[in-house]
Amino acid sequence: MPNALSAVIDSLPYLLQGSFLTIGIVVSAMFLGLGLGIFMAVGLVYGNRFLRYLLIAYVWIFRGVPVVVLLFLFYFGLFTFLGLKFSAFTAVAIVLGMTTGAYQANIFKGAILSLPQGQLKAARGLGMSDLQAIRSIILPQILRMSIPAWSNEYSIILKDSALAFVIGAPEIMARTQFVASRTYQHLSLYITAGIIYFLLTWAGVIALRKLEQYVRIPGYSHHGNQ
Amino acid sequence: MITTTNPILRIHNISKSFGSSTILNSVSFELAKGEIKVLIGPSGGGKSTLLQCINCLVVPDSGEIELESERVDYSRKQDLYKLRQKIGMIFQDFNLFDHLTALDNITIALRKVKKLDKKEAMRRARLELDQVGLSDKEALYPAQLSGGQKQRLAIARALAMDPKILLLDEPTSALDPTLIGEVIAVIKGLAVNGMTMIMATHQISLISNLADQILFMEDGRIVEQGPPAALLAAGSTSKSQGFCDRLNELAEVEG
Ligand SMILES: Nc1ncnc2c1ncn2[C@@H]1O[C@H](COP(=O)(O)OP(=O)(O)O)[C@@H](O)[C@H]1O
Ligand SMILES: [Mg+2]
Repeated sequence: MPNALSAVIDSLPYLLQGSFLTIGIVVSAMFLGLGLGIFMAVGLVYGNRFLRYLLIAYVWIFRGVPVVVLLFLFYFGLFTFLGLKFSAFTAVAIVLGMTTGAYQANIFKGAILSLPQGQLKAARGLGMSDLQAIRSIILPQILRMSIPAWSNEYSIILKDSALAFVIGAPEIMARTQFVASRTYQHLSLYITAGIIYFLLTWAGVIALRKLEQYVRIPGYSHHGNQ
Repeated sequence: MITTTNPILRIHNISKSFGSSTILNSVSFELAKGEIKVLIGPSGGGKSTLLQCINCLVVPDSGEIELESERVDYSRKQDLYKLRQKIGMIFQDFNLFDHLTALDNITIALRKVKKLDKKEAMRRARLELDQVGLSDKEALYPAQLSGGQKQRLAIARALAMDPKILLLDEPTSALDPTLIGEVIAVIKGLAVNGMTMIMATHQISLISNLADQILFMEDGRIVEQGPPAALLAAGSTSKSQGFCDRLNELAEVEG
């Protein structure tokens, strides 16, 4: 198998460059999803009926339609229709961000509902506005609680990011396919791609676990505290 | 009824319903500066709802609230925020902020609401921790404190805001009997210092020793009120007397 090995070694720098793009897509999508998720969770719990129905519809659409369909719909359809000239990178980051946003909204909503309501009451009793109470009391706690679920989302979005190759973003999958089609070393190259994805997942999950320990509050467990 | 020329708080015909059930039915009273009113009565009578209406955590359906002769406009959020700043609230289950240290449980509102800078907020918070005997606990989180310490911290958190009135909703009910004493001592200290208070409690020593007035609540109304000396006098046939007798019996059974 000398050809297989040399194909991998020769193309490794090229593939690894793709992983920067992959990481870029995933990080952008996760943070976009975080912002959307927090906003939507607060709206789902505290919003008026109209806002709630709107957000529920959003969540259902992004949960119910395959990512690749959304990607084509947005990249070839919606963005063109709106006259927006986004790069493939930006388009994937936005679509994945909006998708994970729908899931993160449900994660944060669950976290908000599991918080003892008394803390919100106490914050308002001290004269805090709802916004101040949500920012200083609710958010710091639900973000901590949500880290395990977040690490789940991270690994899902990382894997979904491989779909970016269908619209031509030169990330890991696109580059692997490009090299494989020229060298015919499909087996070894896709194994390499798989390993890169696996290592990225592993590193991210470990990093999030470290973060979870770092921000942990002594004695605190969100089940039956107090 | 005590008629005060210049009450600090005036509650007039407050009513509140949840769905079809009326929880508060035209409740009125006045509170003088330095006065302590104690709310007693059967569970479900509306004590907690009344206390939360006073600082508009539950906004009344109708009726008036006047704090220091200023009428509260329920439709103005700024009015509600201002009212709540001036009225401290102590809850049965503490409601401390779980993600903040004892010190930061106090500084957070000083900084966000009173807009004190960090140093000034910490100075004030330490003063209040010292007052309730928790100076050495400032770096601990609520989950690391005992029930009595939690409630003392909650009191310190409320006092740091310089409230004109303190509302206490069964402050000792969630506590282990052995921890009740330390909280009662802090509340008695507040009384000695002239704090104006309204307190719902089933703690007989707080009722008979601290109350200037007892308000007996039942079915969303104040059905009886007066000083303990009158309501709890030997041979009295008041509802309050009957209620306290039952509390005493319970205390004997438990104790
Ligand atoms: N948010 C609410 N929604 C519906 N019913 C409530 C709510 N809060 C209190 N109640 C009802 O109001 C009644 C009075 O409750 P509460 O004020 O807690 O009485 P107390 O403190 O005297 O025990 C109870 O029957 C309770 O079920
Ligand atoms: Mg109650």
